Amino acid sequence: MEVAGSPRTRLTMTDISKRFGATVALDRVDFSVAPGQVHGLVGENGAGKSTLMKALSGAVRPDEGRMWIDGRLHRPESPLDGRRAGVAMIYQELSLAPHLPVEENILLGVEPLRGPFLRRREMRRRAIEAMQRLGIGHVDPSLPVRRLQPAEQQLVEVARALVVGARLLVLDEPTSSLSQSDVQKLFRMIRSLRDRGHSIVYISHFLEEVQQVCDQYTVLRDGKLVESGRVRDVTVDLLAARMVGRSLTSLYPRSQRRPAATVLELSEWTSRIVRRAHLKLRRGEVLGIAGLVGAGRTELLRGIFGLDPVREGKIRVAAFEGPADPPSRWKQGVGMVSENRKEEGLALGLSVAENLTLTKLSELGPFGLVLARRQNRRGREWIERLDIRCQGPEQPALFLSGGNQQKVALARLLYHDADVLLLDEPTRGVDIGSKAEIYRLIDRLAVGEAGKPRAILMASSYLPELLGVCDRIAVMCRGRLVETRAAADWTEHEIMLAATGSAVVS
Amino acid sequence: MKPAKLQLWLDRFGPLLGLAFVLLLFSISRPATFPTWNNFEIMLLQTAVVGTAALGMTLIIISGGVDLSVGSNIALCTVAVASLLDTGWPPLAAALGGIVVGSLCGLLIGGLITRFRLAPFIVTLGMWGAIRGLAKGLAGEQMVFAPPTWLNDLLTSLGPGQRWLLFPAGVWLTIALAAATFVLLRWTRFGRHVYAIGSNEATARLCGVRVERTKALVYVLGGGFAGVAGVLQFSYLTMGDPTTAIGAELDVIAAVVIGGGSLAGGQGSVAGSMIGALIMTFVANGCTKLGLANWVQEIVTGSIIILAVALDRVRHRRPE
Repeated sequence: MEVAGSPRTRLTMTDISKRFGATVALDRVDFSVAPGQVHGLVGENGAGKSTLMKALSGAVRPDEGRMWIDGRLHRPESPLDGRRAGVAMIYQELSLAPHLPVEENILLGVEPLRGPFLRRREMRRRAIEAMQRLGIGHVDPSLPVRRLQPAEQQLVEVARALVVGARLLVLDEPTSSLSQSDVQKLFRMIRSLRDRGHSIVYISHFLEEVQQVCDQYTVLRDGKLVESGRVRDVTVDLLAARMVGRSLTSLYPRSQRRPAATVLELSEWTSRIVRRAHLKLRRGEVLGIAGLVGAGRTELLRGIFGLDPVREGKIRVAAFEGPADPPSRWKQGVGMVSENRKEEGLALGLSVAENLTLTKLSELGPFGLVLARRQNRRGREWIERLDIRCQGPEQPALFLSGGNQQKVALARLLYHDADVLLLDEPTRGVDIGSKAEIYRLIDRLAVGEAGKPRAILMASSYLPELLGVCDRIAVMCRGRLVETRAAADWTEHEIMLAATGSAVVS
Repeated sequence: MKPAKLQLWLDRFGPLLGLAFVLLLFSISRPATFPTWNNFEIMLLQTAVVGTAALGMTLIIISGGVDLSVGSNIALCTVAVASLLDTGWPPLAAALGGIVVGSLCGLLIGGLITRFRLAPFIVTLGMWGAIRGLAKGLAGEQMVFAPPTWLNDLLTSLGPGQRWLLFPAGVWLTIALAAATFVLLRWTRFGRHVYAIGSNEATARLCGVRVERTKALVYVLGGGFAGVAGVLQFSYLTMGDPTTAIGAELDVIAAVVIGGGSLAGGQGSVAGSMIGALIMTFVANGCTKLGLANWVQEIVTGSIIILAVALDRVRHRRPE
């Protein structure tokens, strides 16, 4: 293990093992990152990525194995030790204080002092310096962080890491809430940090991103190291196959679909964000909504479902004219999956069965009674049909993996027997195996089991999935539906042009 | 599956275990005076008011809210019942009148919370003062005396000829209401919606739950239960008193919290709250029997509240 102590690697982890009770989270994993390298760490949910990174940061103590940072033995007892050793974790969920100004967030815990007093001017200087390095020098450092765009907030978090002198940054799913152009900005920032000698571990479900921004990659599966190598020697398909341990014949199945009668129609439809939208959705088709963050995709879906107020315009759902609130929409056979699974999609404290049946408790007993036995039976039914991995219908949704939680959210629509499905980012934060299952499910629903094809309106920021799953794709830009075409007539590039408001060459 | 089973078991029987412990402790240390039928009857009488109000508070806390105005509402209802009796209303009508007054207070609270999206803590803090003031105004800042009726006997110890009743009527009333609330929460759509709203309001809204209406109804019911508690309190005092039940809201909230209710919403149970109320009465009564000073009692009760919540945290610790 000469390499281990060598200063030529920034981080070396050897033979890292960790058990939680009976489950082996990590099984003798080796992992190393060189200075000035972006290393992609991929694997399905539960493959051990986060446990490995927690071992690095000190949040988890490995049972076996050793770590070195810049040639020095690294044995963190706590996340604070990890930070002192120059490790910065930047998680999916931001850990900023939303009410504090940008500069105070950046220097939180390392404020420059004179006696007991803050050196305000020095704070600002250091904050601005870090921000300029990240290309957000234009942001006012006295603004409360919650007023910033998600992308900028993320950069504030990175700035915080730079200020404390982090040499090893771990970015965990940094792009899941970013628009395409913000992703490109983030990548530019990552490259410039790399060029200045920082090491970056990049965790993402988006293999295309790994291919774009990473130099090296490591694949974990079931807590074991599967493969490690240079990104330029591997394809996205190969990476995906390594992750799931089998080749995915087709991630996006597409059966013969027969669009029938129009069941959802908008004309001149205007809400707070969406302006004068025209749209027709037919039974038996999947219509995708593309657009940048803030373009109004989510607002379109929420407005249709009655979660956001509508200003004017016409809407018709099957035989029902006019706006309606969510209870009426459910009754009309419309169901919605929220983009925000944890805060809106599911009540995580409630059981799987309760989450599943919440929209239609009336089926579970006479006179408004809810019989737990019947509720759990229905829960069990859908757990089986969608292959939701959990201990049973009574397990709180909290304990399920992201992919299985999302399946519960989708199962709710099926239990309700909704005809028109509004899916907002249905595969966000979901591992690739579950993604494939969700795509298969969407295809099955559009084709229609038992001769009942459904109408599906699906908003997503992930273009390959829209192109793969949808029949037609409508692109939104600044609240307007700018153009709708058959999916086959779009390319990713053209969608981006339309979404950014550039001229579309038809 | 072992730890999960244990956790489930603790979830269900944790508060009961606490009650048994307290019972055993005082029974051993004061075998002659604590575990007697008479003493139990007295303790149940003492629990009836807080217990009834705790039923409403259970609903409110499960829905993710809180009601600080319960004590004031109880006082207002004693005044209302006494005044109505004084103006010649028959006892049953006067009692129902008191309950309606309580419900109306709840309706106002629920309306303010849902219509203007105000925090329940703030709204009920305001109502805590306002309702107390209203009670004092109605009563002319003094006790309101009422002609004696059967209402006065709801919470008096049973005479020798009434032993077959087991408990006084007021205690039976509390038990019946507890059973009804249990069914409401556990087995009706409304009840499941209350849990869903407390667990995650956005999810409930997404799923078509009429969140505003359900919440408003929760506060109306809460006010109604405070009204019943007011009737019982009137019975106990045999008059209306605008300064009664000061600080009762804290006892009521404590009962729910000891019983496993979470102020974050989504958790709590009728059985737990009733046990919580009993634990507090047992401790107060037992401490008196032990000859401990009032201040010791207060420290013990306070510690139990904190201990109960701490245990709850341990029980519900999320896996990594």
